[in-house]
Amino acid sequence: MGYEAPYVERQVTYRRTGEGELFTDPDVDRAREHFRAKSRSMVPKVTTVRQAVADLISDGDYLAVGGFGGSRIPTAVLHEIVRQGRRNLGLSGHTATHDCQILAAGKCFDRCDVAYVVGLEARGLSRAARRLFESGEVRVTEWSNAALAWRYKAAAMGVPFLPIRSVMGTDTEARSAGVRVECPFTGKTFLAVPALFPDVAVIHVHRADVYGNSQIDGITIADWDLARAAKRLIITTERLVPHEDIRRRPDRTAIPYFLVDAVCEVPYGSYPGNMPYEYYSDERHLREWLDAEENEEVLKAFLDRYIYGVSCFSEYLDLCGGIERLRELRAEELCLEAEGRTSR
Amino acid sequence: MTTAVAEAAGGPGRGPAEAYNRMELMICVAARYLENGATVIVGTGAPCAAAMLAQKTASPDLMIMFEAGGMGPFLPTMPISVGDSRTFHRGLVASSMAEIMEHCQRGWIDYTFLGGAQIDMYGNINSTMIGTDIQRPKVRFPGSGGANDLASLAWRTMMITVQDARRFIPKLDFMTSPGYIAGRGAREAAGLPPGAGPYKVITDLCVLGFDEETKRMRVESLHRGVPKTRVVENTGFELIWPADPPETSPPTSEELRVLREEVDPYRYIIGRS
Repeated sequence: MGYEAPYVERQVTYRRTGEGELFTDPDVDRAREHFRAKSRSMVPKVTTVRQAVADLISDGDYLAVGGFGGSRIPTAVLHEIVRQGRRNLGLSGHTATHDCQILAAGKCFDRCDVAYVVGLEARGLSRAARRLFESGEVRVTEWSNAALAWRYKAAAMGVPFLPIRSVMGTDTEARSAGVRVECPFTGKTFLAVPALFPDVAVIHVHRADVYGNSQIDGITIADWDLARAAKRLIITTERLVPHEDIRRRPDRTAIPYFLVDAVCEVPYGSYPGNMPYEYYSDERHLREWLDAEENEEVLKAFLDRYIYGVSCFSEYLDLCGGIERLRELRAEELCLEAEGRTSR
Repeated sequence: MTTAVAEAAGGPGRGPAEAYNRMELMICVAARYLENGATVIVGTGAPCAAAMLAQKTASPDLMIMFEAGGMGPFLPTMPISVGDSRTFHRGLVASSMAEIMEHCQRGWIDYTFLGGAQIDMYGNINSTMIGTDIQRPKVRFPGSGGANDLASLAWRTMMITVQDARRFIPKLDFMTSPGYIAGRGAREAAGLPPGAGPYKVITDLCVLGFDEETKRMRVESLHRGVPKTRVVENTGFELIWPADPPETSPPTSEELRVLREEVDPYRYIIGRS
């Protein structure tokens, strides 16, 4: 039974422009005016997570979260957004996994640029996030991870768009807000993706000084560009370090102070996510989250215990096993077991 | 489950064959396509296991990369996320998503692996939703992630998947990532880089490739003990068949040993079969 039908050249028509909604303003001159008005003074910006969220994140803002969903994420700020009851946020879904799960549990956002949401990679799907995206209460525009990373990059460059070579020819393109353009030099077709300037971004880093100069160890994911694209930037840091430490290794600095609006010291701040060279993800607790999403009632009890019922992030860490559990996760991250040094 | 698949692999009356489950079979077959000196971007799960197996057997100089920025790691264990610290453990570079995707866009990436809820005869993939309305889907899946970019920009795309008629369907609910879209020339007409596209689909029943002329899915080999009818029953569209499909060479005992002892000793992936 070989294939016998003659090959017929298919006629395919393509949408020239994605019909997805554009949630943010790609105008670079309005962005320049915004950045022009910001302070350039190198002044201490250390504050609490509670204060930073109160001052810098408002209902309706468009939010972008640094890291990679379950790696180097600013968990304390995400919890605080839920605790303070922020509503109608826009969300950049650039591999939004546990971060998306937290914000979905709090029903904090009503629109989303989707590259990756709802899932937690190899861990499975968040049923609560799925229910939210299936409810019709979240407006979505579809993209890909590279498209969103390059949208941050366009904003970081101060240009209104970048031409890219992926996404085209698919339903992802049809539901994006991209526009096909012809290259003025070669005549070839590209997808123009608009610069994404989030109202506010939150990034967790390894070390920062009081002014906001920040250093990241390991992969930077999209955070180099995100820090530059964001109109306001909250940094949470594993540890505050003396300003001289930054000056000693300026080649390590990913984010200069003037981009930063607030610095919060949050040890183990990426928990239950992974923090490279510091601690591995807590798969046991993440499994507990996924299991608690069975229905709204169980989830509510879970959130009451871990988010609404605590006043700060260190209380949450204590509930999750505190320093002993963190010691185990550090041993796992550093592969100490393989060297015959278990944590117990 | 191991028994059932071992039977399928060995087949009744075919003499003793080393038992292996379908996940082990798919990983071993996939690993053979990753030649020494090539570059590959992988996700978590079976593709990562295939790349690790290739690296520990025939392709020690396989360059493994992860979309979040990890390049050239020696993976101590299976990563849980393509952005976790395992993906650059004792690596060559800890870079960024833009860096990896730009290598891809510049034509440096030979292979990638994708997964999805639905696949059609041109190798197009749906990982976005079931339903008709993206604003109110019946079932919401994660979306593209990096899949669309890798499918668009890597030279050769592979899939490792269980084969059944609900997954191999005539029409996708949503085309998240491009295969050959609607046949020969369609990718190029859409603006995607020429010369790239789906390469192999490795299932629990057979190895599928793509017909040069039509870019439709074509059977390349059947796994040991799998009759043609079983492939037909488990595919929701018409496949192209060679006159006498050869048998996939089964996993060797060395491949299985490395996979079980060195790649996935805790059976995170191979235990899922």
